[in-house]
Amino acid sequence: MSSYSITEPSARQKWVAGTLVILYALITMIPLAWIFLTGFKTPPDSISYPPKVIFEPSLEGYVNLFTTRTRVSAEELETLPPPENFAEEIVRERGMVIVGPSKFGERFLNSVIIGFGSTFLSVFLGTLAAYAFSRFKIPLADDLLFFILSTRMMPPIAVAIPIFLMYRQLGLSDTHLGMILLYTAVNISLAVWLLKGFIDEIPREYEEAALIDGYTRFQAFYKVVLPQAATGIASTAIFCLIFAWNEYAFAVLLTSGTAQTAPPFIPTIIGIGGLDWPAVAAGATIFLLPVMIFTILLRKHLLRGITFGAVRK
Amino acid sequence: MAARATPPSVARRIKGLSDRAIAWIFVGPTIFLLLAINIFPLIWTINLSFTNYRANRPNREVDYIGLRNYERILTDSDIWLSMQATAHFLFWTIVLQVLIGFTLAWLINRKFKGNDLWTTIIVLPMMLSPAVVGNFWTFLYQPQIGLFNYIVAFFTGADPSSFEMLGSVSLAPWSIVIVDTWMWTPFVMLICLAGLRSIPDYIYEAAEIDRASKFRQFWTITVPMVLPFLMLAVLFRGIENFKMFDLVVQLTGGGPGSVTEVTSINLKREAFEKWRTGYASAYAIILFVTVFGLASIYVKALNKVKER
Repeated sequence: MSSYSITEPSARQKWVAGTLVILYALITMIPLAWIFLTGFKTPPDSISYPPKVIFEPSLEGYVNLFTTRTRVSAEELETLPPPENFAEEIVRERGMVIVGPSKFGERFLNSVIIGFGSTFLSVFLGTLAAYAFSRFKIPLADDLLFFILSTRMMPPIAVAIPIFLMYRQLGLSDTHLGMILLYTAVNISLAVWLLKGFIDEIPREYEEAALIDGYTRFQAFYKVVLPQAATGIASTAIFCLIFAWNEYAFAVLLTSGTAQTAPPFIPTIIGIGGLDWPAVAAGATIFLLPVMIFTILLRKHLLRGITFGAVRK
Repeated sequence: MAARATPPSVARRIKGLSDRAIAWIFVGPTIFLLLAINIFPLIWTINLSFTNYRANRPNREVDYIGLRNYERILTDSDIWLSMQATAHFLFWTIVLQVLIGFTLAWLINRKFKGNDLWTTIIVLPMMLSPAVVGNFWTFLYQPQIGLFNYIVAFFTGADPSSFEMLGSVSLAPWSIVIVDTWMWTPFVMLICLAGLRSIPDYIYEAAEIDRASKFRQFWTITVPMVLPFLMLAVLFRGIENFKMFDLVVQLTGGGPGSVTEVTSINLKREAFEKWRTGYASAYAIILFVTVFGLASIYVKALNKVKER
């Protein structure tokens, strides 16, 4: 593009556009920044009025998030041995002692297992299917592709009723495997559609050359096509992971304990007299941080992945 | 792993497979999974919708009651109120997200310095968990201590505890519209941006030669060229917001009263609180048919716009 292009905006236009966009971005940031700050407040600081922007940071929220505590009387507190670590010290100041770990660690681990498990499975199956749709003649391919996409239109609650009954019969309710299969089924439409776009872009000639060199179809697929599609596979994986990581409706309806992920759990962290906001904020921060870092590091791929479907269609 | 020089026997056997067999091996598992987890349940739901089955009493005898569930749903005023609440959200979230999203895309397309970084920040909310973020917004909306009320009060001079975003019948729907717009405007923005970037420069150059005003260029080139993209974004947002659940559950839980009880919440109540499984199944089918029907009509319109 030449620098004299008519469509190139003027310096003043850029300045105005930049200012407005930055203003919007800053407004967008406020709730996120507030979650982050609240995680480092003490419970009284978190509910003071006017809202405190400057405060003495505390790890109380994080300690409360990871532990269960019980209140003890002042006399009992006196007789206890001195606190062994900073966490014990923090809760002692509130007249409490730590009695064990909370369920947060477990729930977070469930999110990791189910998130990564279903991401792996959807990308694996999605890549195979996308390759087949891209390269082979499949009868009624267009209809099949539309069918795959239409599975995404169903409201989760509508699917949840029969899945609930079916899982109860099969012994899959509240299990990791059950949730992995379910999230894979939800994600696979996206995986197939995104990956087909990426694989369509890889020239067929590469594989044909490999086939002539004596490779089997299979070898041509994993030695030639897979490496070429790596970027597409990576960005698809990110989208699948983000969905599985954040999903709430199925998690809340189909799990009750063993396989429950973090999203239904975080809003239930109760303190004295209602939700323990610093602990909720700490949980939210830990839970949101991986995705935020992901988004920032991989922004090029993410932005490409989102707009891809739009351009293709 | 499989890149050894001498292929193992499994690979040799696969070598004999025709392309057609490979195609089915590759597509098969996906189709099987979707049939098992989407289609089979859908058929099961249709079947249940003609019964008075209750999932919390699996041993009770099940009667087929024909279309009675459907009849009752279509004459139930609560369900029409839920439909109205859903329509209200759909309308306002889409209007706001289209207006703000398009404007942002249009501004970002000016390619000012650092727009990449700011775009990423704007996109962040849509990457996060609606349930977790929605839950935290209830804190921001607290009348006494919440940041949202404080900021609004600061700019309007009102008393921050004089308005309850989540507790008042008139404001609660708007509290959800605000959070949804905050989360999903970036999605509309990204798709519009893709649309804007697909317009070749030479069209504007030609218009410039014809002495078309900037305003005219905007209405006769930019808007029509972006319209198909914008409509696609509206389709995705429409389908998603018709199913809206996480945010509403966390923010208002359907209340106060039932002013924000959207269809998903209403349905969840019937299915998993009142355990009227047969009735809820019929409800689910009606919702599914509605989305599917509206989406099909919309896609037809979209294709017409594209053809122009």
